[in-house]
Amino acid sequence: MWLTVFFAMPLIFLLSMSLQTGNVTSGFTVTWHFAEYALGLQSYGPQFLRSLYYGGAATVLCILLSYPTAYWIAFKGGTRKSTYLFLILLPFFVSFVLRTISWQYILADNGIVLGPLKSAGLLPENFRILATTGAVIGGLTYNYLPFMVLPIYVALERIDYRVVEAAHDLYANRFEAFRRVVLPLSLPGVFAGVLLNFVPAASDYVNAQVLGGPNNTMIGNIIQDQYLYNSNYPMGAALSFTLMAFLLIGIFAYAKALGTENVLEAAAA
Amino acid sequence: MSTSVLTPTPASPAGPPGDAPTAPLNKPRIRLGDRLLHAYTWLLIIWLALPIAAVALFSFNDPKGRLNILWVGFTLKWWGPKLLEYPDLTHAMLNSITIGLIATVASTALGTLIGLALGKHKFRGQNFSNLLQFAAISAPEIVLGASLLTFFLTLGVQPGYLTIVIAHIAFCLSFVAVTVRARALTLDPFIEEAARDLGAGPWTTFRLVTLPLIWPGVIAGALLAFALSIDDFITTNFVAGSVQTYPLYIWGASREGLPPQVNVMGTIIFMVGAGLAIFQSVRARRSRA
Repeated sequence: MWLTVFFAMPLIFLLSMSLQTGNVTSGFTVTWHFAEYALGLQSYGPQFLRSLYYGGAATVLCILLSYPTAYWIAFKGGTRKSTYLFLILLPFFVSFVLRTISWQYILADNGIVLGPLKSAGLLPENFRILATTGAVIGGLTYNYLPFMVLPIYVALERIDYRVVEAAHDLYANRFEAFRRVVLPLSLPGVFAGVLLNFVPAASDYVNAQVLGGPNNTMIGNIIQDQYLYNSNYPMGAALSFTLMAFLLIGIFAYAKALGTENVLEAAAA
Repeated sequence: MSTSVLTPTPASPAGPPGDAPTAPLNKPRIRLGDRLLHAYTWLLIIWLALPIAAVALFSFNDPKGRLNILWVGFTLKWWGPKLLEYPDLTHAMLNSITIGLIATVASTALGTLIGLALGKHKFRGQNFSNLLQFAAISAPEIVLGASLLTFFLTLGVQPGYLTIVIAHIAFCLSFVAVTVRARALTLDPFIEEAARDLGAGPWTTFRLVTLPLIWPGVIAGALLAFALSIDDFITTNFVAGSVQTYPLYIWGASREGLPPQVNVMGTIIFMVGAGLAIFQSVRARRSRA
């Protein structure tokens, strides 16, 4: 089947690329081998942990912020459902980097928000939002929020509302009906959203560089520096391979627990 | 205000008087909750749109130098011939557009075939390939960029225009394939069989029957690919070498300040993208009706 050839070729291409990372690592450092990994984890452990923390915090915030909106659009959006979804997706039409830098300008120390507040004496002169942990997590939350709204919306939209009515008939009050019926049925969407949020958020470095300060560097910044500025390819490759391993193990455990098809479908939808 | 509170209107006590004159009294709590959620959704949308509005607004600003942070005065001059004042920026924008077009055409052609193969046929290793594709979509972009750069360096390929194109095809491919696959799953295999019974060869069947049926999926995949390509920063930053694209220019220039021309171009991209999406959804609705 010639289609299969066309299909297999890019996949093998992809596979060989992903393996290449490991190969080059061992190829470059014949004697050091795992030392690079150990060194990487040793010197950049804090950045690894910080990435997981920032990514996790942004993901949790995204769930909390998206769920009510996804719920409202799915159940009360009526004929305007797609309009609301379109509005939620609007940021995607502006370049990711430009959006983040736009936040940097908006929140600048003497910018259009903080400047007037400071001159009015409402905020102390040295108050700043940029270069804080909150700014980085906020930026990550902002940039990946639509990826959370969409899958939750898709899951909620599929719910047959008669099931909820049946719960009411069985004397569940609104809270009980939500907790026992709607929430469990929407969990696949939340799981897919977690995947779509956490992986890019934890490996992001744009937000940390633009909105954060020197104390907010994430592992992505380190990988980028090793590759593009220090030309320390083995270290960069070891770090990205470790990151990939971390995340892929998580993803596969996740997919295994939930069924690949489910997650794939929810992610594609 | 106070008079309307004193008058015994049947309006719900929670909402402002007169806002819901026909609201049934027995369920005021539900209506309040829904209204709060409605307002909340709009707040979220405003938050999401805020930086876009800032980008668009400051494309009309008239700053003295390149630093375009504080509002100085209104001008339309950046929307005229002055848009192309920075050759680096113009060049980066042209690169973005041509790379996007090449990557879209190539990844749509290949991705359509992959999507069809995945959607129509059962073959050994399908689960594995599903999993691989899933991993390719969900793998962190920084790892993709790093492994592609390593790959090119090992092969001795100089990072530049060509490597950006290859990288963009690589990551657009799986997205096109997933979109087309979803459409191909809805194909009725008997239709193709009927075409063959009527004497159509495999190519004619594909051209006259299969392709028109999956066409909406192909178009959606192509639009997605172009959007991903023109916006991509992380992977491109790794494999670009000294070549610049629009997002890379923004990244590099942001330290000395972004000239308003960047805002103009960003606003144009936004309007074209949003316009295309609206056009596409209106057309889809019309063809369904």
